[in-house]
Amino acid sequence: METLEMTQALLEIVTEICIVGVSISLFILLYRAIKGPTNPDRAVALDTIGINLMGLAGLIAIYLVTTKLNDIILLIGILLFIGTVAIAKFLEKGVIIERDMD
Amino acid sequence: MLIAVFLPLIFACLIPFLSKWKQKVHTGWFVLPIPFSIFLFLILKVGKQFSPISQSYNWIPSLDINFDLYLDGLGLLFGLLISGIGTLVVLYSIYYLHKTEQLGHFYVYLLMFMAAMLGVVFSDNVYALYSFWELTSFSSFLLIGYWNHRSGSRYGALKSMLITVFGGLSLLAGLILLTIVTDTTSIQSMIDQKDTIMNSPYFGWILGFVFLGAFTKSAQFPFHIWLPDAMEAPTPVSAYLHSATMVKAGIFLVARFLPILSLSEWFFVVVSGIGIITLCWGSFMAVRQTDLKGILAFSTISQLGMIMSMLGFGTDAAIFAAVFHILNHATFKGSLFMVAGIVDHETGTRDIRKLGGLMTFMPITATLALFGTFSMAGVPLPFLNGFYSKEMFFKYSLELGEYSGIAQGLATAIPFLAVLGSIFTFVYSMYLVFGTFRGEYKKEELPQKPHEAPIGMLISPIILVIGIIVIGLFPHLVNGSFLAHAAEAISGHESHKHISFWHGFVTPLFMSLAVVGLGTLLVLTRKRWNSIYNVIPGKLSFNRVYDWLVDRTERFSSKITKTYMTGSLKLYVQLILIAIIFGTISMIVITNGINLDATDLAKIRLPELLVVGMMVLASIATIFTNNRIAAILILGVVGYGLSILFVLYRAPDLALTQLIIETVTVALFLLVFMHLPKLEKRNESKGSIFMNAAISISFGGMMTLVGISSYTSKWFDPISDYFLETSKSLGGGSNVVNVILVDMRGLDTLFEIAVLGIAALGIYGMIKLRRKKEAK
Repeated sequence: METLEMTQALLEIVTEICIVGVSISLFILLYRAIKGPTNPDRAVALDTIGINLMGLAGLIAIYLVTTKLNDIILLIGILLFIGTVAIAKFLEKGVIIERDMD
Repeated sequence: MLIAVFLPLIFACLIPFLSKWKQKVHTGWFVLPIPFSIFLFLILKVGKQFSPISQSYNWIPSLDINFDLYLDGLGLLFGLLISGIGTLVVLYSIYYLHKTEQLGHFYVYLLMFMAAMLGVVFSDNVYALYSFWELTSFSSFLLIGYWNHRSGSRYGALKSMLITVFGGLSLLAGLILLTIVTDTTSIQSMIDQKDTIMNSPYFGWILGFVFLGAFTKSAQFPFHIWLPDAMEAPTPVSAYLHSATMVKAGIFLVARFLPILSLSEWFFVVVSGIGIITLCWGSFMAVRQTDLKGILAFSTISQLGMIMSMLGFGTDAAIFAAVFHILNHATFKGSLFMVAGIVDHETGTRDIRKLGGLMTFMPITATLALFGTFSMAGVPLPFLNGFYSKEMFFKYSLELGEYSGIAQGLATAIPFLAVLGSIFTFVYSMYLVFGTFRGEYKKEELPQKPHEAPIGMLISPIILVIGIIVIGLFPHLVNGSFLAHAAEAISGHESHKHISFWHGFVTPLFMSLAVVGLGTLLVLTRKRWNSIYNVIPGKLSFNRVYDWLVDRTERFSSKITKTYMTGSLKLYVQLILIAIIFGTISMIVITNGINLDATDLAKIRLPELLVVGMMVLASIATIFTNNRIAAILILGVVGYGLSILFVLYRAPDLALTQLIIETVTVALFLLVFMHLPKLEKRNESKGSIFMNAAISISFGGMMTLVGISSYTSKWFDPISDYFLETSKSLGGGSNVVNVILVDMRGLDTLFEIAVLGIAALGIYGMIKLRRKKEAK
């Protein structure tokens, strides 16, 4: 029993440390997103913020001991991809959806 | 009686169908029998053994609003005047208005007016009275603006409408107060409850409102200004409305409510004071006019002032004299207006400076005018009815009772003012008749060659002048059987007066002689003192006040509107937010609604703190960034942070939705980006920035306060436990959020779907329509 309790306590501590770590990373990325001299810098920062949020969501799922949040982690992944592609396309071409040339 | 009131209205509806015969027969011939039959109906009621008739017809019984008709002596007098002079005016108008005019309109308005006026004098129910009252204002507006292609007509119509409706609304206020105080809508039962009214706290208001209504309608000082401008109406209208009927509605009102109004010690001062001022001012101003109808308009004002002041004396005898003068004035003023119309019709002008020497051309008209004006001036001749009532006026002005204070001063001044007003009445009457029909004939200045009017046009004024003479010769013909009932209806006492031409050598006779003597002197020396009008009134005129008021109101309101309706959305949002802040804060302060209690709060955990810190930083950064894309991206950070907060608070469904919406929003922003202008630093003043900051900070603070307060004050248990318990058993699902959305409160979801559908359609429509426009 003692081992189990210790394991659980350890898990909690590790999770908290990780959350703090991810958060620090988020703050630094936020600095990039705000400061970022060019828009591509900001886009990359947002993308990375999203990945960090995925991590954060996963850590919170462990912290709250639930499996209901896994959907969210996956969804963040998909949406982030779409969002980043859209931003990239916008930054490169100025439009997201190209009109047919017929 | 109901038929008598509504017959003109019903017939007015039928007039348009008469247009078939329009070219052959003058519409007026069809109208003529209506007032005449009403007149016959009413004249049959005249007699010594007259007793009031009361009838009631349901209209809105649940609100106690009914067509209660009450025919007493006063109503009968007015009813006879309205229908009798109405008949004559219709007859006159047949010859006055040409068939090419819009006769249908004219007679519809006229019949409407006639019905309204009969309704006013017969109504016993205050609301029915008020309805008819407004209908008279309205139909008078239509009649004044009959020749609506003239700007003068439109101005006059608007002016009379504004002033009389202003008075009408104040009358409504007075009547409502009366209803509240007495708990009845019948005028007769109100009069029975006069002690209740007198002791009620609203008594002063009732007096003020009713007086305002009566004085505006009857063109009393200083509301007389609409009447001269109403002379733009066709002459039959002026003769009918603005001499005999509508302007007497205010007098009727004062007479009808006299038992209530005279309870106040101010009654004498207000009614007689205003009346005597109106008398003097009207007659003084009439001398100045150059337009025949202008003179008659001011003369009407002054005569109405005289009747009003006699009512104000309040003694039974004076009331009888007032009633007598109502009748007399209707006869001679009606005939004079018709004479003025004839002169206008046959010479093409009403300007007295261009007229003169018409006696040989129009002998009959001149004779009629002579009788009318002499009666109006009160020249002591035994066959003129105006003399009797003027003599009575002088007599009773000397017999005022003992008063105190202002009232005593007024009572002393009234005889002198009465003589003064009468002198000017004499002056303008003589000026009117001799200026038009004597003097030199100015051939070049007249647009047409004058000739005698057709006989049809002369019939009505001849009948009225015969009325003058008959009443003058045999005053007792109308006295006992008719006027006495009217006076009794007003005062509630029987007052049968003996009208006689010769009283012996008494003061009123000397007053009359003084009027004639001084008047003659003034007429002869008129050119010498005419310049007094440059000093009094000079530039002082209530028309200027009216114009100034109308102009100022328009300009002032447009200025006010312009201060806040600037078209700047920023200002509107500021105003809305300030209003919300003020409303909420003042409500919190008034109800002492702040409820801050920290006992029920959850513990703050580290992840929450970090996420919130990130969001706060990002939102502040959004405000200060100058790059639009950067702003969108940083706002995206806030959105993602919010979804993580949802995660933290165990709301996976919300988090999912929030994420998708956030991404779609960012993508949509990027879609429309091309079309947006560059976000630039706007050069705003320090004050404006400070203002915005203050508003946003206080709004945020207020909402925080409200949120905390409402969280702390829990009135009852939430119903969420029910959902948690029954989600599986009733809804068949373990996802409680979704069960609520589609099962327990599915209706909300349905309409949110509808909202999305409408939004999508709207966007589609906007884009498509714009494309089409571009293609064109």
